[in-house]
Amino acid sequence: MKEKITVEICTGTHCFVMGGSDLMLLEDYLPEDFRENVIITGCNCLEYCENRSRGKAPFVRIDGEIMENATISRIIRKIESLILQK
Amino acid sequence: MNYVNNATLIRRELITRLSTLFVSKKLDNLERIPLELFPRGGTSVRCCIYKDRAMIRYRLMALMGHRVEDETDELKSLKDYVKDALNREKPQNPFLTVIGEACSACVRVNYVVTDACQGCVARPCMLNCPKEAIEFVNGRAHIMHDKCINCGICQKECPYHAIIYMPVPCEEACPVDAIRKDDSGKEEIDYDKCTYCGKCMRACPFGAIMERSQLMDVLKALESNRRCVAMIAPSLVGQFSASLGRVVTALKKLGFDDVTEVAGGAMETADHEAHEWESRMAQEDTFMTTSCCPAWVETVNKHLPDLKPYVSETATPLHYTGERVRKNDPEAVTVFIGPCVSKRHEAWKDDTVDLVLSIEELGALFVALKIDVQKMDEAVLEDVSPAGRGFAVTGGATEAVRKNVTNHTMKTVQIDGLDKQSLREIRRYPKQCPGNFVEVMSCQGGCIAGPNVINNPRLALRQLKKILNQSNP
Repeated sequence: MKEKITVEICTGTHCFVMGGSDLMLLEDYLPEDFRENVIITGCNCLEYCENRSRGKAPFVRIDGEIMENATISRIIRKIESLILQK
Repeated sequence: MNYVNNATLIRRELITRLSTLFVSKKLDNLERIPLELFPRGGTSVRCCIYKDRAMIRYRLMALMGHRVEDETDELKSLKDYVKDALNREKPQNPFLTVIGEACSACVRVNYVVTDACQGCVARPCMLNCPKEAIEFVNGRAHIMHDKCINCGICQKECPYHAIIYMPVPCEEACPVDAIRKDDSGKEEIDYDKCTYCGKCMRACPFGAIMERSQLMDVLKALESNRRCVAMIAPSLVGQFSASLGRVVTALKKLGFDDVTEVAGGAMETADHEAHEWESRMAQEDTFMTTSCCPAWVETVNKHLPDLKPYVSETATPLHYTGERVRKNDPEAVTVFIGPCVSKRHEAWKDDTVDLVLSIEELGALFVALKIDVQKMDEAVLEDVSPAGRGFAVTGGATEAVRKNVTNHTMKTVQIDGLDKQSLREIRRYPKQCPGNFVEVMSCQGGCIAGPNVINNPRLALRQLKKILNQSNP
């Protein structure tokens, strides 16, 4: 069985207010064929929001790697590329 | 419809920056915000960074509670607008403002032929047009807008789906035709008709319609020596990916001396409304509608005079809560926090409520003060019945009233969202109503889908249900 990909969506207040709330709908948008290979969780503040130089909220962590200014479509593209690598 | 879009995010960013400057006493730097957001050499959203900067300036004016239409001197500095904001005694109606320069003056041609037109032989669009408004130019259909009556037949007829419907989003969203173009094509709001439902504000893709915020007034009150009491709407549950107990602690950290749930007042509304309904039924009234949604009450007052006798005379949850707080804490500044534009108007007319903060503004304030709601301690909540908290969703008020009635002939009807179609239906109710208790909510889904919420209503509903189940063993 394939290794699963973990998507952690920051639900700290900064990310949540600045567009992160809608990211929790990610599951509804995942393509059917790899829905089973992805684990989606919310997580507490990743503390990336404290410094503007680290990018813009909302932040998510995909298999340990941080994505800034995350949108549902960018997350899905990242998941697709990770699946191809595996 | 998703709530998050760039117009929303820019507004939240601005509320955050404005509040940060306020609390750090650096409002003199306000003039820098347009430059920081659209720096020289950076990319523009509109024609150029200079227009983008000018729009940010107008947005800041609205966020400081000013009416953009009132600008007389374009050179008046934001600093002077800060002074005016801090000197005012009370926020002023109307609570919406249209940034004329941001309004794109969307063209009022509702049907447009796109490049997908194949210039076919059959030409059903032309043949079926009742006004002969379609001609063929260079082998393609063209709609003559002086003849077109927007019937939409050509769109339905085209086998290539080449004709599209292009609405003016704000006008399309307004249930009562209160927003329309002035001579220059820019939108303006007719306040004799406006019900403050906030739908135009949500709909405008250019973010040209804004609320006149009371943020400055709230920040000033929090900083003063006066006690401040936050009265939180039931729909605040589920807005922060954190429990209500943590939100309460976060509010206290923001500077509120006390936090009280409007859900408590909602129980009083439900109780009074149940008695009112029973006595009306005893007098052989045919039906009664709820009165908790101020956009609905405003719609009746301005557009549906025949419905007026049927609207419950019971006060809203906001009023009962305000009354209680005033009695117990007469010196305190009362601040209602909710998702609604119309509540600003209601609160302005109600002496028990001093100021209103939107849920979106509250969220941005938390961001500005670096308050992470999830990290707050759990506060002990007031003893509020889940039925009161349920007022946040369509059907909640009905359930709460039903629990208080003893008469078992209650037949309920719900109007979930006011639009042109549901208004047509309601107009018929005095002649024939499908039930005897009508709950009306201006926003589809109820307050959790209000114009100023943060969380997606579907996700907020999940959280709300969880809390309702917890407090209802």
